[in-house]
Amino acid sequence: MTSTEARPERLLDAVERGEAAVGTRPDEVVIGLSPAFGDFFTKTIVEIPHAEVLRELLAGVEEQGVLARVVRYRGGSDLAVIAHSAARLSGSGIGVGVLSRGTTMIHQKDLVRLSNLELFPQAPLLDPETFRKVGRNAARYAKGESPEPVPARNDYMARPRWQAKAALLHIKETEFVTPGAPPVELDVRIRLADAG
Amino acid sequence: MTAEPLAVSTPKSHRTEALEERPVNLDGFVEEWPEVGMVAMDSPYDPAPSVRVDGGVIVEMDGRPRAEFDFLDQFIADHAIDVSVTERAMSLEPVEVARMLVDPTVTRSEVVEVAGGLTPAALLEVVKTMNVVEMMQALQKMRARRTPANQAHSTSARDNPVQVAAEAAEASLRGFRELETTLGVVRYAPLVAIALQVGALAGTPGALTQCALEEATELELGMRGITAYAETISVYGTEPVFCDGDDTPWSKAFLASAYASRGIKMRFTSGTGSEVQMGNAEGRSMLYLEIRCILVAKGAGVQGLQNGSISCIGVPGAVPAGIRAVLAENLLASTADLECASGNDQSFSHSDMRRTARLLPQLLSGTDFVCSGYSAVPNYDNMFAGSNLDSTDYDDWNTIQRDLQVDGALRHVPEEELLAARSRAARALQAVFAQLGLTTITDKEVDAATYAHGSQDLPMRDVLEDLKAAQSVMDRGITGLDVIKALETSGYSDMARTLLSVLRHRVSGDLLHTSAILTSDLETLSAVNDANDYAGPGSGYRPAGERWREMKRLRHVVSASNPEEEIG
Repeated sequence: MTSTEARPERLLDAVERGEAAVGTRPDEVVIGLSPAFGDFFTKTIVEIPHAEVLRELLAGVEEQGVLARVVRYRGGSDLAVIAHSAARLSGSGIGVGVLSRGTTMIHQKDLVRLSNLELFPQAPLLDPETFRKVGRNAARYAKGESPEPVPARNDYMARPRWQAKAALLHIKETEFVTPGAPPVELDVRIRLADAG
Repeated sequence: MTAEPLAVSTPKSHRTEALEERPVNLDGFVEEWPEVGMVAMDSPYDPAPSVRVDGGVIVEMDGRPRAEFDFLDQFIADHAIDVSVTERAMSLEPVEVARMLVDPTVTRSEVVEVAGGLTPAALLEVVKTMNVVEMMQALQKMRARRTPANQAHSTSARDNPVQVAAEAAEASLRGFRELETTLGVVRYAPLVAIALQVGALAGTPGALTQCALEEATELELGMRGITAYAETISVYGTEPVFCDGDDTPWSKAFLASAYASRGIKMRFTSGTGSEVQMGNAEGRSMLYLEIRCILVAKGAGVQGLQNGSISCIGVPGAVPAGIRAVLAENLLASTADLECASGNDQSFSHSDMRRTARLLPQLLSGTDFVCSGYSAVPNYDNMFAGSNLDSTDYDDWNTIQRDLQVDGALRHVPEEELLAARSRAARALQAVFAQLGLTTITDKEVDAATYAHGSQDLPMRDVLEDLKAAQSVMDRGITGLDVIKALETSGYSDMARTLLSVLRHRVSGDLLHTSAILTSDLETLSAVNDANDYAGPGSGYRPAGERWREMKRLRHVVSASNPEEEIG
């Protein structure tokens, strides 16, 4: 289902830099991470390392010549809230939210919270290539383009395999929520595990 | 004799390798976590049963004084529990009530009366004393309608109305008495709902149709007579999850009354696992919360409930005794004197053994609708995200019915009959679309739909034109009567008359009775005129006569008079 075997192991270092501010650059995308992403949790529901997820999202944004900023949303574990909050912090108004289990959403600050630009609800179907495409599309929205949505995938056997684990992951992630806490800016470094 | 412990790096045995390859190991299983509600039906955090009545009002329920009731407690205490019997019923030991459920000499109505006085925690204690065989024995007595029935999903991955019409015809011919559709692209709904209705008329008359949508549009299609019943009115077992959908028990009851005001059949939907899935189970077991849903349905006055976990089946399916809990929820819906459309409607397992084992309790006991959505299309076309059974399982289903002489409400239909009905459905839809000025259906599409297994076998449609036509159905106020006129004008008078008769039932209100379906003669069959009279061996519904002869037919049966040939 995923193709991480051949990839070298990477590590994610995320250092908190205080409360996140609203960006002023019109050419940026803000990526909002859920409370336990790359922290208590280290990989998605199908075991893609969070370092790999973030690396692909960032690469997708940057290959479009757009800047990416990463924040951690601490006040909740609801994807729509995280993605919308990221969009409101973004100078372009475009944000991406990602949960520890991998569920991802592209949002725009002027949309209502329960709406979105693109939603990828089936976390087990999100592979590194898809995260790259999500980053790419977010950057293209930020540039004012109207990209074709990333093709949605569907697997009717995802439920028997993943539904209960997804529920456990959600409940566990929610334990890391600090109600009312503001999003914090993250300095993110992704390095090869064997490069020291 | 003890063996030396093997090193951790020992290669796997060939046995283990073979077992690892088995489909069941693709399913997900998790450890119980009762503190957050990840437990089927046996949790130390569920409340102990209690009730106190003062001045005809329940002032304490399951350890909670009235002042601390949440809105579900209040709704259940005021509208679902029979205050006149509650103190007597609650004085019985749970195992006494369980014995009444199992004992065939205790009538269904006696059990219904006693159970009507039990609180959610008390009902939970009753089923906790029962194993699955006892629950099945109880369910065959407690289901409301004597004759079992079945419901199909007729959907298309491309929302192709021609395909849906042909599939509806085949499904009704195979025996389904209710057909449900939904959409990938929601704006397609009016066209696909018309297709489902027209197609159903080309098979066995009297199959009722519905289109699962957001509540306002679903109600409007029902009121217009384009659909015949509704089911996807969801209720939940905790306040926060209810509130997530901007709903309360009262708002759902109001919606139910809107359907009733037009004589439209409807039922609620609920199921174990939804609250923990949404992270708000308040530390209660899945079954305790589902029992609250069952009693909300009863309190709202609706005739029935679709339950059996439904879209959350992966959650109870992953914990110990989860499928026992799912059977218990079906049993308790029936014991609450509600119609029960009993699940088996969502993809459940990679293992054929396991999905059959999950089905047997409802199939063998018989329920009002054994599947609340048997996929009448291949699962890749199932827009409810896949079902436990699909159109490739028809022959297995028919064989299991014949092996065990158990009526799962389906039948084998010879190829010529199926093709004739599928073709007629597609042709009739072609004519109706033309009469109503909607999009064109080509002869090539009619042929493809006749012989198709799924949407991949059909030509692509012009989606944008279809969506414009769908919008015009809504804008122009097209109703079921317009569909009847279009059928009549195009020479499909028998189908026009059938649909008119289906719509007429709204005026009499007969389809509001518990467990109502229409027979092929367009007579209502419900818990009123077909009440379950099971009272032990030799009683109740048993397939016999013409129905049993029909069940004996399969695709391949060697002839006894000439063993070189097959019959049928």
